[in-house]
Amino acid sequence: MIESLPKKLDTVRLFLLVALIASAIVFQAQLQAQDWVRTGTGLGVQKIRIAAADVKAASADPQTAPMKSVFDQTLYNDLRYAGIFDVVSKSMIPNTTPGSPQEINLANWAAEPSNAAYVAFGALAVNGGRVTVQGYLYDTHAAQNPQVLGKQYADNASVENTREIAHRFADEIIERLGGTPGIAETKIYYVSERSGNKEIWVMDYDGMNERQLTHLRTVSLSPRVSPDNSRVAFSSLGRSGWSIRMYSLDLGRLVAFPAWGDTTLSPAWSSDGTKLAFSSARTGDPDIYVCDASGENAHRITAFRGPDVSPTWNPKTNAQIAWVSGRTKLPQIYIMDSDGANVMRMTDGGYASAPSWSPNGQFLTFAWNRSYGPGAPGGEDIYIMNIATKAWVQLTHDSGMNDAPSWSPDGRHIVFQRAMGGGNEIWMMLADGTDQQQLTHGGGNTQPNWSWK
Amino acid sequence: MNRKSLALAASLAAVLTIAGCHKKPKAAPPPTPPAASAPAPTATITATPDTINAGGQSTLSWQTTNATDVSIEGLGQVAVQGTQTVQPTQTTTYHLIAHGDGGSADATATVTVAAAPPPSAPTESNIDENAFEAAVKPVFFDYDAYDIRPDAQTTIQADANFLNQHPNLKVVVGGYCDERGSTEYNLALGENRANAAKQALVTAGVSPDRLRTVSYGKEKQFCTEHTEACWQQNRRAMFTLDQ
Repeated sequence: MIESLPKKLDTVRLFLLVALIASAIVFQAQLQAQDWVRTGTGLGVQKIRIAAADVKAASADPQTAPMKSVFDQTLYNDLRYAGIFDVVSKSMIPNTTPGSPQEINLANWAAEPSNAAYVAFGALAVNGGRVTVQGYLYDTHAAQNPQVLGKQYADNASVENTREIAHRFADEIIERLGGTPGIAETKIYYVSERSGNKEIWVMDYDGMNERQLTHLRTVSLSPRVSPDNSRVAFSSLGRSGWSIRMYSLDLGRLVAFPAWGDTTLSPAWSSDGTKLAFSSARTGDPDIYVCDASGENAHRITAFRGPDVSPTWNPKTNAQIAWVSGRTKLPQIYIMDSDGANVMRMTDGGYASAPSWSPNGQFLTFAWNRSYGPGAPGGEDIYIMNIATKAWVQLTHDSGMNDAPSWSPDGRHIVFQRAMGGGNEIWMMLADGTDQQQLTHGGGNTQPNWSWK
Repeated sequence: MNRKSLALAASLAAVLTIAGCHKKPKAAPPPTPPAASAPAPTATITATPDTINAGGQSTLSWQTTNATDVSIEGLGQVAVQGTQTVQPTQTTTYHLIAHGDGGSADATATVTVAAAPPPSAPTESNIDENAFEAAVKPVFFDYDAYDIRPDAQTTIQADANFLNQHPNLKVVVGGYCDERGSTEYNLALGENRANAAKQALVTAGVSPDRLRTVSYGKEKQFCTEHTEACWQQNRRAMFTLDQ
């Protein structure tokens, strides 16, 4: 039923992406004065031209039309946001809705103006309160054996479930053609003030389906979801100061976690879910600590005078931690081994904060204001840095204050907060700075954290 | 502290009223001549405590014998013996009158309402947030710094003097930052500021057990304009009562 596309091609494409990021960074290192040189993951990689036909309505149930509309919109956006496709504009696709392989004329989709190399199509039906989707992905140039994917999905008919089905189908397509799992089913945890207090919220990666998780009515910050999506660690201001709190996504409530007080901040999960790194001032000075996922066995791994905060693990190895230290006054990004050895400063000045380590272990993304200081015009932007060479690329330009970046699990995207004129909102972009999309609208939204899967 | 001084006042009042118990019947006007064969009524009344602050309460207790009709002026008819809580707003004398077949008797108890706190040295119980804030001033910091500036040493010394004069006060030392920069970094920096202020007070003789630090980072701003004057206002360590 599923024809497997040559895996070799995928591997080559992935390799190319990584190689191009690396070479783009080296190239940029020589041109750091010229901010606007176009660099990044997309450079030179031909994006795959793909078309998404609207699905055919295959039932008379009145819910069919609204569900079909949700599905079509969601799938189209997922493919567009994926970062590996050149998605054919809806105005350029053949004016047909093929519901099955028998109903599609691939030549029409391969021809001008659509020019699609692949086409996604299918049928959606609502019967007896259940929504059913048949989804296909066809290679328009493989006349003899065009089917790349053929999938059937069913769930109770609701907008949310229909959106979820579209995300699952999109992720199948992205993994098949892009070589790595897609992010359409991932979530973004963040802080929102729209209830009047800073609480922890969650939304789908595309900004839909926003939900408030905590109701602590104090100040809650720095959400970090566990790698298995079961818990969210965050820091919260209580009567005895800041401590790490733990919210169970399975139980839908807070669960016990040791409260140290002493300004305990900014938790970070290791990628195997067994450890947390965090900042605590139990000695009177904020330092980085590591403890078990249960909160037991905490031990200090830095001992610098001044603020040490915002740790992030190298998710590839869990053998290194990057963090922010004010040991030389203005905060800079440092890395060290996860036992505190081999400290290395990464940024060479300005005000650098909020590091996030790329899934492949090779890059950091962080917020940087290179000319920060009293009286300096505050322009804070998102950067990525090649850890091996310390060469960096600026991803945002002239667009307000940008902060708190977090990598997507596919390594192709970065979510971050941006304040442009008004309050903070959450945005995402490709890891080369292109395709910037605003995800939230109003209420003050900050500190996004992208789920691990 | 409040409870202790209240207890003290109460026992003092008890001593006074016990004394009063014995005196007052003597001071009371002689009973009217007894009617044939009926015994003369007796009456006593006490107020505990007999001195209260405005808004405070006192309990009246009275006992009578050989009385059939007992009343307290201002309260009306009451039982032949009993207690009642009163909350006078000014000094009030409660006049108990007992009538019986054998004549009548009366007794009085006075509840004094203190116009102002006793003029002795101030105690913790009457230091409120405002008085504390007026006496214990915040210290301000340079941009991205947490060292106590030379110009803040005078403030710290004055703050420490006050705290040393009031050794039972416990204090939260809050560290605050201006709106610029990273949320998490500012929380760590605020902790450093709070801790620097705490250490300065400890050096000036305040016991560390009385001081608790909390960082507010850039989560609480005192001044919301985006100017250096405002940012300076927000870069501070501030002291509040730990209640």
